Amino acid sequence: MSGTFTKAMARNVFYGGTVFFFLLFLALTFDSMQGLPKTDNRAAITPAVAAGKHVWETRNCLGCHTLLGEGAYYAPELGNVYVRRGPEFIKAWMQSMPTNTPGRRQMPQFNLTEKELDDLVEFLKYTSGIDTQNWPPNIEG
Amino acid sequence: MKYKSQAVAMPYFIAAIGLFVGQILFGLVLGLQYVVGDFLFPSIPFNIARMVHTNLLIVWLLFGFMGSAYYLVPEEAETELYSPKLALGLFWIFLAAGALTILGYLFVDYNTLASATGNDILATMGREFLEQPLLTKIGIVVVALAFLFNISMTMLKGRKTVINIVLLLGLWGLAVFFLFSFYNPTNLVMDKFYWWWVVHLWVEGVWELIMAALLAFVLIKVTGVDREVIEKWLYVIITLALVTGIIGTGHHYFWIGTPAYWQWWGSIFSALEPIPFFAMTVFAFNMVNRRRREHPNRAAVLWALGTGVMAFLGAGVWGFLHTLAPVNYYTHGSQITAAHGHMAFYGAYVMVVITIMSYAMPILRGRQANSNKAQVVEMWSFWIMTISMVFITLFLTGAGILQVWLQRVSEDPMPFMMVQDQIALFYWMRLWSGVGFATGLVLYVVSFFIKGKEPEAAAA
Ligand code: HEC
Ligand code: HEM
Ligand code: HEM
Ligand SMILES: [Fe+2]
Repeated sequence: MSGTFTKAMARNVFYGGTVFFFLLFLALTFDSMQGLPKTDNRAAITPAVAAGKHVWETRNCLGCHTLLGEGAYYAPELGNVYVRRGPEFIKAWMQSMPTNTPGRRQMPQFNLTEKELDDLVEFLKYTSGIDTQNWPPNIEG
Repeated sequence: MKYKSQAVAMPYFIAAIGLFVGQILFGLVLGLQYVVGDFLFPSIPFNIARMVHTNLLIVWLLFGFMGSAYYLVPEEAETELYSPKLALGLFWIFLAAGALTILGYLFVDYNTLASATGNDILATMGREFLEQPLLTKIGIVVVALAFLFNISMTMLKGRKTVINIVLLLGLWGLAVFFLFSFYNPTNLVMDKFYWWWVVHLWVEGVWELIMAALLAFVLIKVTGVDREVIEKWLYVIITLALVTGIIGTGHHYFWIGTPAYWQWWGSIFSALEPIPFFAMTVFAFNMVNRRRREHPNRAAVLWALGTGVMAFLGAGVWGFLHTLAPVNYYTHGSQITAAHGHMAFYGAYVMVVITIMSYAMPILRGRQANSNKAQVVEMWSFWIMTISMVFITLFLTGAGILQVWLQRVSEDPMPFMMVQDQIALFYWMRLWSGVGFATGLVLYVVSFFIKGKEPEAAAA
């Protein structure tokens, strides 16, 4: 690099640039938080949804599945499973695991109570109502 | 070794390598479970093995960063470490906390572990990469703060070089952004939004500062190029990293319930993120070409150059591949993501930690460089691990393209599990590449035990 661009200049550009873009990021974050109520389906959040999210987290479902495309890639996307399969299927599915089909990927039996199952379904219903800009491309996730 | 207290880096490096071996063993378990679905079920379900694999990765990289800092900061500051005792104490605390957490994953039901460790008081668990129990998370913060105190005090009482300042900025940033792991609202969109403040702002933000500083340090040492030149490069690289990377976070805000304008912000800024990685590659090659001496540790030079190339390929090229919103719409959460995640983590952070270990370990063991025989084995391990990782990435990319096609693009989309059956061949090939990787890693460990005469430094 040429002699006219000194180290002190490089340093100032670094601090200036970082502060500027971090503040811009904070401004965008602030604006996003203002806009979220329109897309994040918060009206649907009930105590059952909160309890369902807790079930979801404490069983580490995300260690095999994706939820809105984030998580592990071993098992089907569940952000839209409420639409794909419906509440009764989900509950029956949870109760009939594992399939024990030899060689097939297995999902554990979590022994959830009836209430926990209902909460989980409520959580997945709330999730399926989030406005994801039309993602996933189709119902298979 | 210039300062006695640098020796405290050694246990950190040894622990890092040990945990690295564990990480790869569980990688192989995962790879096998992808094709033989009931392997080890129900004793070790996939999600548990995955948690062990990814958390070991993070923990050993943190050991590597801390060890590097203990080695590098005193030498740059030209003074002994503020408190070697504290550093050693923290080592044992961190190792015990890490080991207990991993054993907890393996031997305690996750839900039981959660309630036993305070997750009902403050729920933070069950999110990717942040699966650690609350107690472990608090432990990480405490260890990180005490560590930062120790090295900050060291720098303050000595020379404040650019490398030290940038490294410390990166490490402080690492600790600060980790605090967002304690924020877990019920609102899933907000949960995900701030989750990325840990994950993205780490790997595409503050960790890049750490990486650039470590690379700059090793390059000064092995090439003898003027510090002024290297420091100017360093500032330019980290400017590019943060200017693109901070708003680049938006490439994760396309489809998670956030406003649509992120498709523009995220695509444009993250499309520029490969530039700092490219600059690092040019930097490394440039400095080595302008070297003023032939350092006897050729293996360390190889790792430094390899870091430049592989970080650019994994983060830069494979990142760019799926970062534009119209592409990401189809590839989001597919095997393409896994392909990129592997090569980027390996190329940038695994390799930079190995680079500094490769440079520092011989010195910590009382010699400028290892014997020729040991270096040759180490360089073989470089090629075997690196080429295996290239193949892992290529096979996952193949799997990903087919997956996206069959499940998301075609007229008549196939269900997830049916698609997985169709692409099993790619998973088998990934598994064999993984076995190759493990072989390279064994060779790497073996290289530490090969004796022989220390090579002479040749004149340039
Ligand atoms: C160890 C990995 C694993 C874990 C953990 C896991 N699953 Fe699964 N899950 C699977 C696999 C594999 C399938 C597909 C099984 C098959 O098709 O035979 C599946 C399928 C499903 C399905 C059916 C999807 C569909 O479209 O047909 C639902 C619903 C589901 N899981 C919910 C959950 C929930 C809720 C949790 C957490 C409480 C969870 N899973 C945890 C592996 C896992
Ligand atoms: C060394 C630096 C990097 C590392 C270690 C890294 C690692 C990762 C990992 C592990 C994921 C998966 C996260 C998850 O599990 O959900 C990911 C996702 C992603 N990365 Fe990177 N990355 C790096 C740099 C980059 C760069 C420079 C770009 C862009 C040019 C990029 C673009 C992306 C995108 C778009 C995703 C989301 C994929 C999806 O939608 O599923 N990454 N990265
Ligand atoms: C240094 C080498 C490695 C690094 C840095 C690494 C890193 C990672 C990371 C960051 C993830 C989580 C993000 C993602 O899902 O992509 C992951 C998951 C995984 N890794 Fe690795 N890994 C390495 C080696 C291996 C090896 C050798 C194998 C197997 C042969 C392997 C198999 C897997 C599997 C199967 C997953 C889970 C993917 C999923 O969610 O479906 N890894 N690894
Ligand atoms: Fe990112």
